[in-house]
Amino acid sequence: MSWCCCNSVCTSSSRQLLATSDLSSIPSRVSNVGLQQKRSLHGVPKVFAYYGLKTPPYKLDALEPYMSQKMLEVHWGEHHCGYVEALNKQLEKNDMLYGCTMDELIKVTYNNGNPLPEFGVAAQVWNHDFFWESMKPGGGDMPKLGLLQLIEKDFGSFTNFKEKFIEAALTLFGSGWIWLVCKEEKRLAIIKTSNAVNPLVWNDIPLIGLDLWEHAYYLDYKNDKANYVNVFMNHLVSWDAALGRMARAQAFVNLGEPKIPVA
Amino acid sequence: MALRTLVTKRTVAAGLGFRQQLRGLQTFSLPDLPYDYGALEPAISGDIMQLHHQKHHQTYITNYNKALEQLDDAISKGDANTVAKLHSALKFNGGGHINHSIFWKNLAPVREGGGEPPKGSLGWAIDTNFGSVEALVKKMNAEGAALQGSGWVWLGVDKELKRLVIETTANQDPLVSKGANLVPLLGIDVWEHAYYLQYKNVRPDYLKNIWKVINWKYANDVYEKECP
Repeated sequence: MSWCCCNSVCTSSSRQLLATSDLSSIPSRVSNVGLQQKRSLHGVPKVFAYYGLKTPPYKLDALEPYMSQKMLEVHWGEHHCGYVEALNKQLEKNDMLYGCTMDELIKVTYNNGNPLPEFGVAAQVWNHDFFWESMKPGGGDMPKLGLLQLIEKDFGSFTNFKEKFIEAALTLFGSGWIWLVCKEEKRLAIIKTSNAVNPLVWNDIPLIGLDLWEHAYYLDYKNDKANYVNVFMNHLVSWDAALGRMARAQAFVNLGEPKIPVA
Repeated sequence: MALRTLVTKRTVAAGLGFRQQLRGLQTFSLPDLPYDYGALEPAISGDIMQLHHQKHHQTYITNYNKALEQLDDAISKGDANTVAKLHSALKFNGGGHINHSIFWKNLAPVREGGGEPPKGSLGWAIDTNFGSVEALVKKMNAEGAALQGSGWVWLGVDKELKRLVIETTANQDPLVSKGANLVPLLGIDVWEHAYYLQYKNVRPDYLKNIWKVINWKYANDVYEKECP
């Protein structure tokens, strides 16, 4: 079983990315190792489980000019990395939460609406992993095959879906995320969440996620949220990733089993 | 009908800014800052001040006015559904306008007294309630840094109990949403837009530096009015 935060369709090739010099600016505290041994006061090794920072499935300058390299360096290298470190620090104190996959950790710490302190950071780690994989260089365009059919079935047309998605993004108050999810009843829906909450807590299956915390767009777009959201839909969103997630979701939804199995 | 075209003239007012009267409905405009955008450097950059004031605060006002007009319309038609639907937009945008109007008055350039510790009865009340100004600052900074997402951290006074309180509110909720008797003395905006261009994700640095331009005189005036 991997301790690492891998769950969705993973197109990241972290090993080959780590070798490039593009990542030399990122602090070397980043690691994908799952277990670490530390010596306690008495020299007896104490094992801590911890999560690693996953690299996005593209180089940090690959999303230019829609999302600048500087933006990614700060968003991934500082915010996302900070969340991972904070999570690991919190998990050090509480080994009751060891042994969970990322998805389980989120559901357990959400605690049915009364979140434990670890929820905020755990969910943000997962959310950002999902976000990087929801985008790709040369993204935008249109979904294909079964996903397009589903969108047309549930929203009338792709244009209508896009409008609704953008409208939801612009009417979100405060920090949060916008999601396209597949619900248990096998229909698609657009969901707004506040702060760190994500649709896993309601057993929905997320297909696309858009970060609407101000840190996600401020360096590039300042307060022009509308521009950021439009650019995301037209140039960044990865319908390939969504299709992959949909295919996986269908396997579970059709079996009547929306839970992600433990590896 | 002629009355409507007559009353589009702006009138000068302090406090919440200009007021326009349109069909008897009071709407709001952006209040001027009592200092230049660059006057709070290096604690807060001129870029941030300009964006914060001209874009963010203006957007809250624009959307608040829009929501007020829609509310007025819905009330006159007896459309309870729309009235209920507008609540969150009114709270968010109205709160944004209220909070930012206070915020501009909470700040002052160093040469106009920004950062000078409080004298008068507020200084005495802080020492009684928190031990010292430093202790108060430390507590407020801790609460501000720990706030998840967007919100504000406040120093307020309970006008019934005559007691100082430190509170946080989420998003644009005004301080009064935490207690009907709470009057804001100082509010610090911890939305990312308030510091991101300068401090990136290091919110604690922003909180440490903003105290150098805090206008304690304003806080003292409000306190003395509520607790004479």
